[in-house]
Amino acid sequence: MTPEDLLAVWLTLKLAGTTTLILLILATPLAWWLARTRSLWKGPVAALVNLPLVLPPTVLGFYLLLVMGPHGPVGRLTESLGLGRLPFTFWGLVVGSVLFSLPFAVLPIQNAFAAMGERPMEVAATLRAGFRDRFFSVAVPLARPGFLTAIVLAFAHTVGEFGVVLMLGGNIPGETQVVSVAIYNHVEAMDYGAAHLLAGGMVAFSFMVLLSLNLLARRRQT
Amino acid sequence: MSIRARYRLARGAFVLDVDLDMAGQGITAVFGPSGSGKTTLLRLIAGLDRAPGHLEVNGEVWQDDTARHFLPTHRRALGYVFQEASLFPHLSARRNLEYGMQRVPAGARRVNMQRILDLLGIGHLLDRMPESLSGGERQRVAIGRALLTSPRVLLMDEPLSALDLARKQEILPYLERLHDELEIPILYVSHAADEVARLADHIVVLDSGRAVAQGPLADTLARLDLPIRLGDDAGVVLDARIGERDATWHLVRADFAGGTLWVRDTGLPTGRRVRIRILARDVSVALDHHERTSILNLLPGTVAAIADESHPALALVRVDVGGQPIVARVTRRSAATLGLAPGMPVWLQIKAVALIG
Repeated sequence: MTPEDLLAVWLTLKLAGTTTLILLILATPLAWWLARTRSLWKGPVAALVNLPLVLPPTVLGFYLLLVMGPHGPVGRLTESLGLGRLPFTFWGLVVGSVLFSLPFAVLPIQNAFAAMGERPMEVAATLRAGFRDRFFSVAVPLARPGFLTAIVLAFAHTVGEFGVVLMLGGNIPGETQVVSVAIYNHVEAMDYGAAHLLAGGMVAFSFMVLLSLNLLARRRQT
Repeated sequence: MSIRARYRLARGAFVLDVDLDMAGQGITAVFGPSGSGKTTLLRLIAGLDRAPGHLEVNGEVWQDDTARHFLPTHRRALGYVFQEASLFPHLSARRNLEYGMQRVPAGARRVNMQRILDLLGIGHLLDRMPESLSGGERQRVAIGRALLTSPRVLLMDEPLSALDLARKQEILPYLERLHDELEIPILYVSHAADEVARLADHIVVLDSGRAVAQGPLADTLARLDLPIRLGDDAGVVLDARIGERDATWHLVRADFAGGTLWVRDTGLPTGRRVRIRILARDVSVALDHHERTSILNLLPGTVAAIADESHPALALVRVDVGGQPIVARVTRRSAATLGLAPGMPVWLQIKAVALIG
């Protein structure tokens, strides 16, 4: 493997790890709200969260490029804050990945929260636990399988992402060139051997992910 | 010491409208058919649901709408036992028991862990996970968990209804011990007559969201104007103590406030407190003392009141026996023949007496 390919692998893992971490922080309250609310906003918010499930990644990448670009509202904000522009940077990719993988993190956690019902939290309240206390001591441990699924799916989905990266990050080695883009480059250059190495690794990785999900699900049943 | 609760809640066709003054000690049964609002009342007292009203528990105001005061559930010093044990499945029995206790400041803990373990017989279960416990064991751990928060009141929502008869029999003695040994008032929601007769000191009878009667159990059951039936039949419950034992005839004497009753010896030790239930249909009324009868228990008393039974042939007679009311069911013809009227001295012939607990 060339140093450039190794860099792409490292960058991919870093992107997926960062994205997963941010998603956990973001998706947990969102999932709780979606699992519990009776608000009229539930429908629209859920649709918005799940939009990346049906949209082509290029559409998401295109709009993010516009919004975060020099003339977009987010772009102006980041520039005025002295953060520069997000497109074609690692953090731009993180923003795109977070939005793109949001439903994969929210849905499993939301389902786990919904499945546990109101009772455990009510019991905890009668045992003197305030909301934050009982959320972390009861709701989160009971939703653990949902969290594990969310982590695995969000990480894997970010690793497998291509369209958003290409639209938003391009192909800068060490900054935005992830494995999926590197494979594309090798194929364009007719270097099938290098492409095989990365692509085969991805197949193995994906297989392991799905296998571990399966094992998780089986452990939950017993 | 008392629990004062006033609520008004309209939820669709269901209306709960109560103004209760419940005893701050002993077990108060909240009794009524399903849909009468028992569980709703308990959830309102716990703060799990909310309705306009006022709630004061042993001098502490938990809800006062005029002052916009509503104490959230976790700030109310209560214990709650749900119908299903609802133990936290991810925690061992020990960690379940400690969950609430750890959240009470050390200075406010008045209930000793070892005492609760002994009282409920759960000391050997501490390291087990909830899924490996039987239904009865789970419910005992849940009761212990609630008690270890040193509550000012223990709310129990049909804690036995999810259990089969054998499990119920397993838990009832533990509940009696709670009653006898801890000074925590208990609100006990139930629609099971046998549990109420066995455990309650006071009773609140709910029907369609209204309290149709409340007061001490014995007095409330002896009221003739209310169709309160623990089960199918009218009857009274007396507190008694096992006195003398007659080994020859396998009988024991139970002494109650108004006299004594001979009952079958079931092996209870003398001095033991017992509950006795006498159904109105097992009591007949005579004007004279009949010596030559097979009936063991003859008690003198004074007619206090007479009322119609649901069937036009029958009447209920409340007789005061040394301060303890006992209700007899007689035919209206007999009542007329004997000329029964309030103030008349009579003899009660008690054909059957049930020892409960």
